[in-house]
Amino acid sequence: MNFAFTDEQKLLADSVARFVSKDYPFEARRKLMASEEGWSRAHWKSFAELGWLAAPFAEDHGGLGGGPVEAAIVMEAFGKGLVLEPYLPTVVLGGGLLAAGGRRDLLKALVEGALQLSLAWVEPKARFDLAHVETRALRKDGGFALSGQKGVAFNGAAADWIIVPARTAGGIKDKQGITLFLVPKGAPGLTLRPYRTVDGVRAAEVALEGVTLKAEHVLGEVDWGHPLLEAAIDRGIAAVSAEAAGIMGHIVATTRDYLKTRKQFGVPLASFQVLQHRAVDVYVLSEQATAMAYRAAVLVAAREPADRARAVSAAKAWIGKAGRQVGQEAIQMHGGMGMTEEMPVSHYFKRLTMIDTLFGDHRFHRRRFAALGGHVEKD
Amino acid sequence: MNLDLSPELRAFRDEVRAFIKAELPADIRDKVRKGLQLERDDYVRWQKILYKKGWIAPNWPKEYGGPGWTPMQRYIFDEEVGKSGAPRVIPFGLVMVAPVIMKFGTEAQKREHLPKILSSEVWWCQGYSEPGAGSDLAGLKTRALREGDHYTVNGQKTWTTLAQYADWIFCLVRTDPAAKKQEGISFLLIDMKSPGVTVKPIVTMDGGAEVNEVFFDNVKVPVTNLVGPENQGWTVAKYLLGHERTNIADIGRAKHQLARVKEIAAAERADGGSLLEDEDFRDRIAEVELDLIALEATLLRIVAAETGGRAPGAEASLIKIKGSELQQQLTELLIEAVGYYGFPYNRDAMEHGWNEPPIGPDYAAPLAPAYFNTRKTTIYGGSNEVQRGILAKFVMGF
Ligand SMILES: Cc1cc2nc3c(=O)[nH]c(=O)nc-3n(C[C@H](O)[C@H](O)[C@H](O)COP(=O)(O)OP(=O)(O)OC[C@H]3O[C@@H](n4cnc5c(N)ncnc54)[C@H](O)[C@@H]3O)c2cc1C
Repeated sequence: MNFAFTDEQKLLADSVARFVSKDYPFEARRKLMASEEGWSRAHWKSFAELGWLAAPFAEDHGGLGGGPVEAAIVMEAFGKGLVLEPYLPTVVLGGGLLAAGGRRDLLKALVEGALQLSLAWVEPKARFDLAHVETRALRKDGGFALSGQKGVAFNGAAADWIIVPARTAGGIKDKQGITLFLVPKGAPGLTLRPYRTVDGVRAAEVALEGVTLKAEHVLGEVDWGHPLLEAAIDRGIAAVSAEAAGIMGHIVATTRDYLKTRKQFGVPLASFQVLQHRAVDVYVLSEQATAMAYRAAVLVAAREPADRARAVSAAKAWIGKAGRQVGQEAIQMHGGMGMTEEMPVSHYFKRLTMIDTLFGDHRFHRRRFAALGGHVEKD
Repeated sequence: MNLDLSPELRAFRDEVRAFIKAELPADIRDKVRKGLQLERDDYVRWQKILYKKGWIAPNWPKEYGGPGWTPMQRYIFDEEVGKSGAPRVIPFGLVMVAPVIMKFGTEAQKREHLPKILSSEVWWCQGYSEPGAGSDLAGLKTRALREGDHYTVNGQKTWTTLAQYADWIFCLVRTDPAAKKQEGISFLLIDMKSPGVTVKPIVTMDGGAEVNEVFFDNVKVPVTNLVGPENQGWTVAKYLLGHERTNIADIGRAKHQLARVKEIAAAERADGGSLLEDEDFRDRIAEVELDLIALEATLLRIVAAETGGRAPGAEASLIKIKGSELQQQLTELLIEAVGYYGFPYNRDAMEHGWNEPPIGPDYAAPLAPAYFNTRKTTIYGGSNEVQRGILAKFVMGF
């Protein structure tokens, strides 16, 4: 066991941290958030040049030989700057599935920065159940016709391809009978309703009405999409756990600074012991969150799906709950200023709040963890 | 000890209920239920309905136009109004400045202001906090310099709730900069239309703009607008803060929110059933319900003491702490209930009359913003840390 970064990993962490502190000041982010697309293609190009898009992929997939730990390193640093660029949907979720489905051609474009992806895994009535798929794919002329509704597809509007789980067999909640499809941008019958989310990123509602696809649009095998999807979401969980850890780290630092600077009763707020202790509690949670996130990033690569699931659900359940406390305390300790749109801390709070919901909230993952038998000692 | 309502109180409750049912305009009820944005006119319309009935000012003595209710009747009335989904009565005039004017004001001030507060003709806002004076309110710097028959006011207030709607503002201002902090403060009524008053909205993290900065640039205020003696404003302010805090519990509204949580959880799907049938979620609702019951019982004990003639003291702080936390827990349940459909940000959908199809379920749009916005309840009205400080000092004797 070794939680330490390798030299390459240190370099990666440093280079992303440098970008965030130099090229991602909060005012610039504010402008990006309000822009048409909501993020910057120019930044994306730099990510490609710096190798961050290739970082989490194996060399035989055109990557740099990294994996989920590299993704976590990028995401933790992105969390500190609330980076808006769609690394999670395109690289972690979409890229991960392209690799799993053996689509080296598309991966090549992805690592070069020439491809955007969205994974439309949410169904309006599914809540957090990945097997609940009502969207149907009927066989038609050697291909398929897709019909159904997908909700909250992150990066949907920018995506060149939307990955859509659809049912090719079985009942609405069966794990078997789900197939993953690559739906090209602008496909006839595909309608998007894009919007901004409360935490500042972009998503879309996706309607499919008889979208006609060929057999080559299937990612992986027909009827066997669920295991791929679940593994991709688990990698997504490891990645957002790292993002959450980065956010918490940032919140700890800015709240500490605020308490030291803001004066009431002629003294800095930091001189009140009740606030000192609460700031320390928040710091402790943030340290543990970082440990949980990297633990999940290592174990998400486990061969056994159950080991993988246990580790990411443990992290997600723990971080979801801790994130609530960290965010709430940060706003409280900022007083009225914490309530404002102007103060960056409110944006960190909102993202942290929504990360609890993303991929299933702390209740869902606590239950998934328990259902898998809880913690299992291995030797 | 007896927890049943007497037949008289029961009849009173039924009368209140029937009145609200008949008189609360349907569009306003609908907005409150759905958590949509209320306009100035919505509040005023409803307040005028209560005014006509003689029920707008339960906390006022009869001689000024109050209904002359017992503490228990007032409690019942507040609860019924909150539960019914009526808008809250804007407290700045009726609950805050009016009792101050009654206690400390001149006859002329009473004649001038009280009737217009009662009839909701005039909208008031509260000008206490400043950028440098939040928890440390006595650190305020807005300066009022006496020049003959008027004061010249310069400075800035902030976080002023709904100042954009206000006709008048009551302010704490510094009249003697040389005196000790608390001793150089005065309580001043200022017409918002006076030259030199500027209101600038502050956007809160939920995207709303209910608070403002209010700037005073050489604003001339007649000396007759001073309430209480000059430099005695701190005594006046403390009297008012007691009134502000008891008003914050809002049990009725909490019950209304709880019903909303259950309604939405029943509509949300989870694991083949509804979210309301989900054991874990149901337990969490029950936990919050227990907090509600505990708060209600505590409040009723305070009401009983009040009926016995004892004025509420430090208990007001207890109620403020638990009431504000309860409101936060309820909005937290709502954001949890709605799952992924907490994500879409659609401020337009929170305006009445927006009639595009909703994104996700029709109840979803206001829920995340409501959770964000409700973080304020533990900050304003004297933050919960400040309230704990009061209890530590006055109850524990630390
Ligand atoms: C939505 C909203 C509406 C408001 N409406 C009005 C209004 O209409 N009129 C008006 O005058 N004001 C209004 N306020 C202002 C409100 O009263 C202040 O925000 C509040 O008093 C806290 O002051 P502050 O924001 O300066 O925070 P600070 O005083 O800077 O406090 C920051 C944090 O430090 C804590 N703290 C401060 N001192 C101590 C201490 N001694 N011990 C322990 N902890 C401490 C606080 O509890 C808080 O958590 C409103 C505020 C909000 C958020």
